[in-house]
Amino acid sequence: MSVTATIRIQEADFDVAGEIAALSQGRTDVGAVVTFSGVCRGSENGEPIAALTLEHYPGMAEAEIGRHADEALARWPLKGLTIIHRFGRIAPGENIVLVVTASSHRQAAFEAADFLMDYLKTNAPFWKREESEKGTSWVDARDHDDAAAARWTKP
Amino acid sequence: MRVKYFAWVRERVGVAEETVEPPADVRTVTDLIGWLSSRGEAYAYAFEEPKVIRAAIDHAHVKPDAAIAGAREIAFFPPMTGG
Repeated sequence: MSVTATIRIQEADFDVAGEIAALSQGRTDVGAVVTFSGVCRGSENGEPIAALTLEHYPGMAEAEIGRHADEALARWPLKGLTIIHRFGRIAPGENIVLVVTASSHRQAAFEAADFLMDYLKTNAPFWKREESEKGTSWVDARDHDDAAAARWTKP
Repeated sequence: MRVKYFAWVRERVGVAEETVEPPADVRTVTDLIGWLSSRGEAYAYAFEEPKVIRAAIDHAHVKPDAAIAGAREIAFFPPMTGG
């Protein structure tokens, strides 16, 4: 049976435990579930922040994440895949992004989740704006995120 | 064609989207950035460093030399910072 990824772009929070259960409960073919949750930090470079606001490109966000989900499903023998990315205002401690991969064995689940997060960071059309006492500013892209994504294309 | 702007590109241009009809000699994404930049100070400011601007045609990332013929929607934005 072919695996279809569940992809949601939403303003609302998500339930990590519920999403894990949705991929694994009642199944006997899943031996490994890897979860990555990205959470809003309360400080950036030692400066406290009040919140992040995530802007996204509706339509392209779904399409781009869908393309990476398809690539992950083609590269690793996954039994299930869920990707959720929030937009809007997110306070410190709140969830931002979730990747859940399920597989028979752990290596595929770990690698696929790592690959997906590296690509979400650099290719999914989302932009973070920080709110702090000094005002608001757009978060700069980081070179090490590009380097992390590039390692998946090396031969 | 429809053009969309996001994040600080949107803030600098001053609108989130608009419909434009560039002349026929505007063939690539780079050409379009050049043409948009000539439309006023806000555009020139948004595109002052063309190398950092990313583009998408019809919801897929494209390189600066991509042809824009037949595009329904072109978007310009800074490097992404999601995840």
